This record gives sequence, structure tokens and C-alpha cells, in this order.
Amino acid sequence: MQRTKTQQNRTARILGTAILGAVAVLSLSLASGALRPRSVIAAQEKPGTTTVTIDNFSFAPMQLEIKAGAEVTWINKDDVPHTVVSDDHKLFKSRALDTDEKFSFTFKDPGTYEYFCSVHPKMVGKIIVK
Amino acid sequence: MSDYIEKNQDNDGVDRRGFLKCMAWAGTGTLCVLQGGVLKSFALTDVLQKNVGNLKGDLSFVQISDSHIGFNKPANPDVTGTLREAIAKVNALSTPPSFVLHTGDLTHLSKPEEFDTLSESLKSLKTDRIFYVPGEHDVLNDNGAMFHERFGRGTQGDGWYSFDQKGAHFIGLVNVLNLKAGGLGTLGHEQLEWLEKDVAKLKSSTPIVVFAHIPLWSVYPQWGWGTDDSEQALSYLKRFGSVTILNGHIHQTMQKIEGNITFHTACSTAFPQPQPGEADSPGPMKVPAEKLRGLLGITDVNFVRGKHTLAIVDSTL
Repeated sequence: MQRTKTQQNRTARILGTAILGAVAVLSLSLASGALRPRSVIAAQEKPGTTTVTIDNFSFAPMQLEIKAGAEVTWINKDDVPHTVVSDDHKLFKSRALDTDEKFSFTFKDPGTYEYFCSVHPKMVGKIIVK
Repeated sequence: MSDYIEKNQDNDGVDRRGFLKCMAWAGTGTLCVLQGGVLKSFALTDVLQKNVGNLKGDLSFVQISDSHIGFNKPANPDVTGTLREAIAKVNALSTPPSFVLHTGDLTHLSKPEEFDTLSESLKSLKTDRIFYVPGEHDVLNDNGAMFHERFGRGTQGDGWYSFDQKGAHFIGLVNVLNLKAGGLGTLGHEQLEWLEKDVAKLKSSTPIVVFAHIPLWSVYPQWGWGTDDSEQALSYLKRFGSVTILNGHIHQTMQKIEGNITFHTACSTAFPQPQPGEADSPGPMKVPAEKLRGLLGITDVNFVRGKHTLAIVDSTL
């Protein structure tokens, strides 16, 4: 994706602000004697956002391990619509995703979550939340 | 044009002339003629070119399938156009069909405007009535509510029904709802119970025609081309002397005969799908636009084994 100059400037400004913020946090942390740079990284990017690609009538990866609280985004790269539906039909259920459409769900609790495409039920996948 | 192979170079029953002729197959339907309780089906292209013999019967009807209105990608960005071609071919029949069966996937994404286009297009069909069953693409986000509202009024349960025409009993089944993870098409307990009762009253000599979207026989389960509980449905039909099962879904013609039951799948009016196992997935085959018809035809030719005609002229029951 190409970014415009304005967007780049904006990104630079945001980054700048973030760095300033980080410095502030760092100073505070140093002051309190507890240095935790990891929280700074967490504020800048979202670890645990994972993509499952739907291609050739299958979910890839078919089995995915994530941490509790992470978000999974499915994107359909096929020419036909697919859905993402938990096996219990309740926890999560996307609408039909046309080509390049996405669906996201955040897994709050640890466990094993099996899902399938309700249009092509041979398509199955699994999310393991630790 | 000759129906016989002139240059059978690869010994595969196809020559260039035949290949080109098969290109006329896109957007065609199947004409079924009931002759003395025996149902015969013919490719419309052949009927129009008068390549088939006696078509006069007690009843004739046409099956079209998988129009996928709303699909706009390779190999067919104009599925409404090819549906119109199919309609024109039906309208060119010397004897208009008593009715037309659409075996599902009217639309690609179950959108209201797609259903509108389909309905508008089919208004020009010269026939008394059109019967529908839904495909999985028609019931995407509402469990089939919109399809039912528009095409399934007066039907039983989730949309199944039966009717009689000229002594034959027609049964429309729905096998695209409530699909289970890892499974195939499903009829479900309620529908099976209804079917058992529906045919219980009929004489065994009554010709039966069942139509549903997903094949009611195991074409290729790895791709979901089959119905989990079809065996039970077929068990209710075993006592009948003549049973014809008409399906769509796989976008190619195939036929299987098992005892008194003949299984037949129709071409799509929209795009071809690969032969079972011949691709990574059953997705639409991407081919240059000018080859669209050719590929539909090739698929078709491959299933007419041991015959030198390139058109489908299905065997009798």
C-alpha cells in the first residue's frame, strides 16, 4: 500500500508522540524503580493479532495457537463466499465473506475453539487459546 | 456439423471440431421428456440442432442450475448474459417445456438485487411455471428466509414440496441448510420423515423425479459433493420402478445409474468447476473468456464414455 506524504508525516508525528510518551513512562518507571519497556511496545503495536487466510477452500493455518485476549482476523482470498462459524454456532459467526472481506474475533478465554465454514462444511479450523 | 470424430488425435474422443462445438454448451440446460414412464434427458444444444430422435412424450420439462447471479469474476464476468443465453435456448424449443426446474444457486451472495435480476431474467422463459430449490449460495446470511419468501411460498418445513404432473411425482428437496462442521449436504430428520410419508401413498409404478441442489449421491465427498443422509432418502424410493434424481452444485454434467435410480447433475449457466480431484479446490475454473464454453463442454464430453457424439444424450432409466 502506498502512503501519501501527509500520512507519513502524520505517522511520524504519532510515533514522535509515542516516543515522547515512552520517554515519559521510562522516566516515571525509572523514578519508581520498575523499568518495564515491554508495556511500551504493547502500546505501540498489538501483539497477538493474527490472520487466518481462507484460500482454496481451506483455512490457513488450519490450527492456530494464540494467547488469551488476542484477536484473530480471517480474510477470504477465494472467488466464492465463505463463512467463519464456531462449531456451537453461538460464540462467533461471520456473515458470508466475499472475496477480500474480513472477519475478526477476540478470544478472551483459554480453550480450544473449533470452527467451520457453514457454506462449505468440509472446511474446518481450530484456534487454541493459551 | 458432424457429430462424429474426424481427427481423434489423442484417442480421447475429442477433436478440435468437436471441442469447438462443445463451446456452445455454456448456459445451456437439460430437456427432460417423459415417455411412457421413462424419463429421458437431452442437452438443449442437441435438441436445437435436431441431433436427437423422438422427443415427443407425455411431458417435457427443462432443468437449469447454478445461475450465480452476482458472480462477476473470471471466467465469467457476465453471468446474467449466459443465463439469458440459456433462456433463449429454452425458448427456441419447438415444444415449450411444461415447466422449468431451477436446482439452486440462483444467486452468488443471496443479495436482494441478485434475486431481483434472476426473477426478472426468468420472466422471459416461455413456460407455464418455474420450480425452485435453494443452493447454499441462496441461504447465506438468513438461513434461507429471503429465498423462502420469494421462491418457497406454500412449501413444507424449510422449503421442501412435491407435486404431480401427467402421472409423474416430482419432489423438491432442500439439502443446503443446517450444515454441520465437517459434513456434507443435509436433508435432516424432519424432511426425511416428510419424504417417507409423501411417497408412501404412491403406487410403485409412479415415475418419481427428485430435484435438489447438492448431489444426492456421493460424487466427491472430499469437496463436499454429496449429502450425508441421502441414503435414507433413497431407501424410501427403492420400491419405485423409475426414479430420476436431478441435482446441480457441481457445475458439470454427470450421470450414474444404480438399479432403478438414475442420478444426473446439470451444467451451471454461470461458470465451470473442475472435475473431481482435478484441482486444489472446487472453486470456479479461471479460463480465458473465449474458452469458457469450451471447458464446460470438455467436462461434459469426458463423461460420455464410449460414445462418439459430443453432446449428452443420457441413457434411459
